[in-house]
Amino acid sequence: MPDIFGIPPQALFGQLLLGLINGAFYAQLSLGLAIIFGLLNIINFTHGAQYMMGAFVAWMLLNWLGLGYWWALVAAPVVVGAFGILIERTMLRHLYKLDHLYGLLLTFGIALIVQGLFRDQFGSTGLPYRIPAELRGGTDLGFMFMPNYRGWVVVVSLVVCFGTWFVIEKTKLGSYLRAATENPALVQSFGVNVPRMVMLTYGFGVGLAAFTGVLAAPIYQVSPLMGADIIIVVFAVVVIGGMGSILGSILTGFGLGIVEGLTKVFYPEASSTVIFVVMVIVLLIKPAGLFGRAR
Amino acid sequence: MRNLKSMLLGAITLAGLALPAAAQVNVKIGVLSDMSSLYADLGGAGSVAAARMAVEDFNAAAKGMRVEIVSADHQNRADVGSNIARQWFDRDGVDVIVDVPNSGVALAVNGVAREKNKVFLVSGAATSALTGEQCSPNTVHWTYDTWALANGTGKAIVQQGGDTWFFLTADYAFGHQLEADTSAVVTKLGGRVVGSVRHPLNGSDFSSFLLQAQASRAKIIGVANAGGDTINTIKQAGEFGIVRRGQSLAGLLIFISDVHGLGLEAAQGLVFTDAFYWDANDGTRAFARRMAAANRGIHPTMVHAGVYASVTHYLKAVEANKSAADGKATVDRMKALPTDDALFGKGTVRVDGRKIHDMYLYEVKKPSESKGAWDYYKLRATIPAAEAFRPLAEGKCPIAGS
Repeated sequence: MPDIFGIPPQALFGQLLLGLINGAFYAQLSLGLAIIFGLLNIINFTHGAQYMMGAFVAWMLLNWLGLGYWWALVAAPVVVGAFGILIERTMLRHLYKLDHLYGLLLTFGIALIVQGLFRDQFGSTGLPYRIPAELRGGTDLGFMFMPNYRGWVVVVSLVVCFGTWFVIEKTKLGSYLRAATENPALVQSFGVNVPRMVMLTYGFGVGLAAFTGVLAAPIYQVSPLMGADIIIVVFAVVVIGGMGSILGSILTGFGLGIVEGLTKVFYPEASSTVIFVVMVIVLLIKPAGLFGRAR
Repeated sequence: MRNLKSMLLGAITLAGLALPAAAQVNVKIGVLSDMSSLYADLGGAGSVAAARMAVEDFNAAAKGMRVEIVSADHQNRADVGSNIARQWFDRDGVDVIVDVPNSGVALAVNGVAREKNKVFLVSGAATSALTGEQCSPNTVHWTYDTWALANGTGKAIVQQGGDTWFFLTADYAFGHQLEADTSAVVTKLGGRVVGSVRHPLNGSDFSSFLLQAQASRAKIIGVANAGGDTINTIKQAGEFGIVRRGQSLAGLLIFISDVHGLGLEAAQGLVFTDAFYWDANDGTRAFARRMAAANRGIHPTMVHAGVYASVTHYLKAVEANKSAADGKATVDRMKALPTDDALFGKGTVRVDGRKIHDMYLYEVKKPSESKGAWDYYKLRATIPAAEAFRPLAEGKCPIAGS
């Protein structure tokens, strides 16, 4: 096969696949953000910290209680989601009617505090978390060696992302959610408990971040900084996809993972900035984002 | 009565004035480090603790010196670092800045310290440019540098047959210099560099770069980054089966905090160059015990050891000069006095500012060989001081010429 831009096609396939894997993380995190923004009107800057907490809960379960990865996948979202609900109950709900800025500042502040506490306790180097025994090793795909765990990550996150999209867009529960976004008072008058729905939605979004954190723990170091590093990129993903657009955040997440992956081959020095370049271009051409509707 | 009172007051005032007139020397030390990001465990709060310990052990108060320590976070940004340095020197009366991991920030501070005629004691930063073309009469580079790392690790690996290299390099001053210095060693010994890829600082996913390294078919993948970047690189190299498929990793800069973070399972077998290991002798063990108690159980890295030893030697020079005001004069004195401390033993500071001592080639133990947490290294070879650092003539340091 001829080279594509001087890169053998096998290598290019490998890089595309890796981009897709990173995109899976972006997609899951931006999905949570999009749901929270869509329903609560809150720009949840604590999302990165909650992702990090998910990874730490997995580590604590393993090292303090001897509970492994599969337990963590279930327990961490519940624990961190409960933490999210606590924040929603005590603080966030007072801000819904105010400008976005207030929610942003509050959640940003909480993120800084949480990250600071974890850093103080666990240091910046991070802690090791092993890949679960069932998913160790890899498969030779011909064009690359694919670690089984990364394959698992892509599959799980595709299922989670499109499952969430399906629930919100195609089911009755989803229709309540969407209606409450448009006109909470009207939905409430039909006998739906909107505040509880909002609370549970926030909990779900946070739980999704924690779930992603557990998925990330065996790949990256479990580190207090892991959320702060990724959250800025994820926000760019949300902005490019269109604030609050569920499908937009999923597709943009995977798409930008691939764009970033290709940049790592052709011009690696720019791989940490390419997403922001895309963001600038998209905002210039389509200010509401690729999938967003202008409000 | 009033007269008596004013006389008494006058006497007290005079006495009060007379006391400090016994020429107390004031010294203010600024520890500038990464306090919150990927290098915070290898420097950071540990470096502040090490500086404090050095001041205590020097027993400054008994020698008529008043030493104060301040610290700040440079956030790995050269602009932030040089602004803090300026503020410290101009406004806060800081006499000496120590540590500064991150070569980009260190090069910026190097310029500021020279301009203000203060002192810069480098422990955390690696670039050999600090004693090469950018050397300064106000700077002492204490612990290690990219040339020493390349010379130690690069030589050992090429001699074992690792003669084709691909570099995975952090894209800033440190990575560039480490890659350049290691390439020079590899080619000099008859090896070949087949390629390199530069990744942004503080990345998290290195799989793409590792795949490129794999495609190069080089025998050795030189990991020219540090801290959290190194940890993630090594961890993900394991995941992608790089070593199982016949390539070897050369960690060009490994700190004990990295090994601790990786765990022995993932880190075992790595061969690397280090200036200090806590479990070397009674002096280093005693230091490690105190450091661990002061710094969340983290055993000291070579950066922490370098901060301790360089501050100790600096205070000796200030004591001899009876003043810390003239930075160049203090550094000249540091070069004139032989160094001697519990951590690095006897040594010298060379005219270009390079501190000269032995370096060591270590290998990370297998989990079965380790007796517990922090028992991580076994000594492969000692690189004698005379061979450990770049020869003066090769550095092209302008102040060393005359």
